[in-house]
Amino acid sequence: MIVKREKLNFWERLYLPALAGGLKVTATHLVNTLFKRGAVTMEYPEQKWTVPEGYRGAPYLVKDQDGATKCVSCQLCEFVCPPKAIKITPPGLAGQTADRANAEKMPLEFEINMLRCIFCGFCQEVCPEEAIFLMKDYSLTGTNRAEMIYNKEKLLELGGVHHDQIKKWEHKLDEAKEQEMFPVKD
Amino acid sequence: MSTAATTETKPAPPPVDTIKIKVDGREIEVPKMMPDWQGNLQPTTMLQACQLAAKEVPHYCYHPKLPIAGNCRMCLVEFGLPAMGPDRKLLLNEDGTPKITKQVLPYEPQTPRGAIACATPISPGMEIYPSSPATKQMREGILESLLINHPLDCPICDQAGECKLQEYSVEHGQATSRFVEAKVHKPKAVDLGPRILLDDERCILCTRCIRFTKDIVGDDKLGVVNRGSYNSIAAFPGTTFDNNYTLNTVDICPVGALTSKDFRFQMRVWFLKESKSLCTSCGTGCNLTVGSREDKIYRFEPRENNAVNGPWMCDAGRLNYKWVGRADRLTEVLVQDVGQASRLSHSSEKSKTGATPVLRKTTWTAALSEITEKLKKVPAGSVAIVGSARQTNEELFLLGKLAKKLGALTDSVPREGEADKLLVSADRNPNSTGARLTGLCFTEMGIHLPKIADGIKAGKIKTLIVFGEDVTKHGFGPDLLGRLDTLIVSDILPNATTRLAHYLLPGCAHAEKRGTFVNVKGRLQKFIKAVEPKGDARPEWEFLHELVHHVTGHNGFVSIEGLFNQMAHEVPAFHGLEWAKIGDTGVTVQI
Repeated sequence: MIVKREKLNFWERLYLPALAGGLKVTATHLVNTLFKRGAVTMEYPEQKWTVPEGYRGAPYLVKDQDGATKCVSCQLCEFVCPPKAIKITPPGLAGQTADRANAEKMPLEFEINMLRCIFCGFCQEVCPEEAIFLMKDYSLTGTNRAEMIYNKEKLLELGGVHHDQIKKWEHKLDEAKEQEMFPVKD
Repeated sequence: MSTAATTETKPAPPPVDTIKIKVDGREIEVPKMMPDWQGNLQPTTMLQACQLAAKEVPHYCYHPKLPIAGNCRMCLVEFGLPAMGPDRKLLLNEDGTPKITKQVLPYEPQTPRGAIACATPISPGMEIYPSSPATKQMREGILESLLINHPLDCPICDQAGECKLQEYSVEHGQATSRFVEAKVHKPKAVDLGPRILLDDERCILCTRCIRFTKDIVGDDKLGVVNRGSYNSIAAFPGTTFDNNYTLNTVDICPVGALTSKDFRFQMRVWFLKESKSLCTSCGTGCNLTVGSREDKIYRFEPRENNAVNGPWMCDAGRLNYKWVGRADRLTEVLVQDVGQASRLSHSSEKSKTGATPVLRKTTWTAALSEITEKLKKVPAGSVAIVGSARQTNEELFLLGKLAKKLGALTDSVPREGEADKLLVSADRNPNSTGARLTGLCFTEMGIHLPKIADGIKAGKIKTLIVFGEDVTKHGFGPDLLGRLDTLIVSDILPNATTRLAHYLLPGCAHAEKRGTFVNVKGRLQKFIKAVEPKGDARPEWEFLHELVHHVTGHNGFVSIEGLFNQMAHEVPAFHGLEWAKIGDTGVTVQI
């Protein structure tokens, strides 16, 4: 495609009116800052920006209201993660069983490399257990690379508690207990 | 021994009776009789006919290698038969085509009557509609009923990703559930046997596992207990489900009900890279698929090859993969400094008596050129080679070339076990036939081993080359090995022989290299690499090629394809073969 270049007219070729126009914008901002709105910048990092609702910050793991790890190590987030920032170690047969009765499975280790994470939110979207959420932290720092790989313990601590409305596993257990024929071991 | 290698013994097929039927309106001709699960000819079923017409019919309980049960109802299809008049003659439409009556329920002529495709034989003029709206509705209905009591715990289910219930629900099922009542709960993680866990909630009662263990293995241990929606699979009271083939039930279970204890919660299946390989645990050479991720092997699964193992494999062979990732694998090229050995060991560790030789790490280039120097100088007849029938044909072929140049006595170690009537062979070496065909050992394997030992005792044999065997267990004691001038050992895991080696060359497990084996029945099969070798370890054929090149001065091939083709040229039994011509299921050679 060829873009046709318009011929400049006399006033445009003169250059000075454009300069004056620019200066007008600068002057308007100067007047606004000094006499009307005040500063448009903030004293970062002492002063922190309040992120809007729905902002996608760093992904953290959450616990439910009973303090149980919600993640069941299904590894869908690891699969969907575009920059391959997530690494999950499944428990294996002999591994630790889940915090919650009936859920059977919980990750042995869950690592997110925050240097790789692009805050896309796919992990939150794909999670069938509502166990991972993008929170409001946007500025993560560390003194070395190893420090930026957050492990399960750290992610759970940062993530805090997410109120579980459905409580799928507990609900299933209650249902099973009601059916006397097949008591479920817990 | 004949020199001809054939790709497959195919006698001219006898003329087959065919039947003309229509599948989704397309007329095809299918054989009247087709092989059933045992290979006996039986009337062709609708499901087989649909497969021939390239129309997939979903199914759970049907398995081509198991007797037909017809209990899951997933393969229901709508069909029609040519209408007949009272005189038993075909009724014709106005345009002269036979009139077809679609089958309907007896007292509900608006409702199509489906038939299970897996157990209904076809008849001339039959029309099958595997894609009709009525068939689709039947599938929807069946899936809805199968999902009534299914726990839908896919996030914690090992089958997720290779689950037929998931696949068919997406393909043929409804998006939402109408079921609002409480689901029936059944026991979870039931210990069926030493290698199997059962989740009764997930089971759809297709009875594949029951039929497999009863009809294929002949170990009738499983059955269905309780009634109605409380139906569940169980081992008979007081018994455990424990035979050498139990893990096949995990493969054929279309859902996540039967899970392998070994693979349980280890890795999600969609991460596993699948590489076509072979089992090395016995001479049968079952075809298998290696499931690996990031150079770690997670599981072996049988790969269908009707010329060898069908779709099955034994538990022992399937679980024989953990040694590949063992931490004490040999990963360094080591050389023992002759003369300095005692001094070094003395000064470095006082606790040791100096009896253990000290090995120095070196490079492949340095070690191979040192070995070449030594081998070039030795007089003919002073070398012996103990190969292994666990090595590939290519490696044994190269060892044979080396032996020919050096005038060496060669043999390998026999390994015998107990055979069973299904798959396990008495010969526990994966490549005994290959070792014989390449000329490294004789019909009676191990017959030369005492001769080699005597040669060392008499001082006639001064150099011993050992590949992949612990010869201290086969009549070569440490004192005998101590008499040697040079002991060259290549192995994968440390053992008594590798500790005495003057040159230790780390080799690869079969999952880490490519090559071919010949099984006890003469089936030549190839396998490909699944994971990277550890550390400095290299495939044996690679460094053997270099060694043979240095010692004999003959040029060779640096690729496995070239090497195989060269071997096929020189070894009579493999004449006419090419690497590219051996398919995934192998070829039969004359033995």
